[in-house]
Amino acid sequence: MTAFIARRIVHSLFVVLAITVVIFVLVRLTGDPVAVMFQSGEPTAEAIQELRKNLGLDQPIYIQLAIYVKDMLTGNFGTSFRTGESVFSMIMEKMGATLLLACGGMLTALLIALPVGILSAVKRGSAIDFFGRIFSLLGISFPNFWLGIMLIIIFAVHLKWFPASGYQGPEYLILPSVSLGLILSGILARLIRSSMLEVLNQQYITTARSKGIKEWMVIIKHALRNALIPTVTFIGLQFGTLLGGTVIIEQVFSWPGVGRLVIDAISQRDFPVIQGSVIVLAFLMILVNLVVDISYGFIDPRIKQGGGKSE
Amino acid sequence: MTTAVAEKPVPNSPKPKRSKWGKLLRRFLRNPGAMIGMLLLVLTVVAAVFAPFIAPTDPDQADLRARLAPPSWLDEESESTHLLGTDQVGRDLLSRIIYGARVSLMVGILSVLISMVIGVILGLIAGFYGRWVDDVIMRLADVQLAFPFILFAIIVMAIFGAGLWKLILVLGISNWVGFARLVRGQVMAVKEMEYVQAARAIGATNLRIIYKHVLPNVMSSIIVLATLNVAVNILLEASLTFIGMGVDPSIPAWGGMLADGRNYIETAWWVATFPGIAIMITVLGFNLLGDWLRDELDPNLRA
Repeated sequence: MTAFIARRIVHSLFVVLAITVVIFVLVRLTGDPVAVMFQSGEPTAEAIQELRKNLGLDQPIYIQLAIYVKDMLTGNFGTSFRTGESVFSMIMEKMGATLLLACGGMLTALLIALPVGILSAVKRGSAIDFFGRIFSLLGISFPNFWLGIMLIIIFAVHLKWFPASGYQGPEYLILPSVSLGLILSGILARLIRSSMLEVLNQQYITTARSKGIKEWMVIIKHALRNALIPTVTFIGLQFGTLLGGTVIIEQVFSWPGVGRLVIDAISQRDFPVIQGSVIVLAFLMILVNLVVDISYGFIDPRIKQGGGKSE
Repeated sequence: MTTAVAEKPVPNSPKPKRSKWGKLLRRFLRNPGAMIGMLLLVLTVVAAVFAPFIAPTDPDQADLRARLAPPSWLDEESESTHLLGTDQVGRDLLSRIIYGARVSLMVGILSVLISMVIGVILGLIAGFYGRWVDDVIMRLADVQLAFPFILFAIIVMAIFGAGLWKLILVLGISNWVGFARLVRGQVMAVKEMEYVQAARAIGATNLRIIYKHVLPNVMSSIIVLATLNVAVNILLEASLTFIGMGVDPSIPAWGGMLADGRNYIETAWWVATFPGIAIMITVLGFNLLGDWLRDELDPNLRA
């Protein structure tokens, strides 16, 4: 088990490093950051030289990269071109809101997917199964930001039940969470359904039934527990996708999270902020996947022997 | 003597053999989901191809007197002739939606073709050469999978600026992993088969083995994956264009229209509503067709 965990950690670190290098190189392709900083006004040659030296830009690119990685390890992602603030503290300030939104989305998805998925499997071929299928197909067929806009039009503008944008209290969380989670709930419900069906055909379910255990007990205690194992991995992997999805949903709801920070930074061409936010978000997603992988190893002992690769 | 035997009717004479594609077509015609999917796609393709003939007006023709005019059926007293209303500068929404189909289909299909080519080539290389080459390609795949696409796209588009071709390229190069894994798996599976070893022994080249034994076996899975990926890429295109990181704002695109509509949800709900429905129709079409193809061609992929 220790070897398995160690291997996964090394692998994740490699991926983080690779992503950092890719982003660093991509951002450097934009040209001289100093030129971007002096978009307005005519700086003197000395001022440019001075700034380049202060920022370490007079060094070769691989040294700059090494310095960036070294700083990154201590939580130093540089300072914003625009405000001069520390990029890391800017990100951390917004991270809470983004995580809250992602968790809200996941909770919505689970609240819908669990009952729909279980009922679709238990009552296979029934009306609820049919609607479950239609629901999941529609779910993956429209953009979540459009759903967000529709929810705002209906529930904020016309019915005035929920606020349309910003974040000032729990009621502000509802519409963005539903926009983010509803689509996932369709896919999740199908997954729960198919793993439930697989489990319900197992002999131990027949055994449990033949012992006279109540049907709902069989479903919840014997079937669902086993059916949830593949779902847990999927949820972990999807959490990363949800985090990515927040970038778009935050725009729709003017949600004060990292996604908005990135988009604002892009419009201001504030590259340290773009670079830092993307690296931190990517790091977070990799961390979630790592935790899922490791916890999966604990849930299903077969994995750790096989090396945990899904190829 | 022999003729008599030949003329004697054979009791169990085989029926004319139906071709694989003929059977597929017959099953297609019996499947409502697939038919609806195809219908939706035909609708989108016709809109895209014949846009200049179908669209009521020029998609860029602004009419400032008719800004944010509601759909004509909504208010019968109004003089508006715009079936789906107009946007903030008075452009006809229906015309823009019809032209928007071009961008969505083009981005969706071309980007998947790029992914397919990259994926198939890398999958073949990884499968045939194995060892460190395989390791390098698969580690690359890991990084690609771990790098959330939307972030990758945002950073690339932020650096190089929005644009149709850049978007197609970005979507294309970031979606090859699925294809590569399919092809690699198939190569690994057939490489050690006796008949392939035998083919090699009599001098068949790698190219011939690829053509005869690898691609035919994996083609149906590739088609299924490609169809479903087009749906995903159309959604991604719309998302990126919505946040201003996709197609150039001057081109009528559904994501861009939604972004415009976002600013007028309190007064003109139609601007943000209809382009979303257009996206849904197209994506649903690809998903329905892809789902059916998966069930028909590739039972292994079935969820």
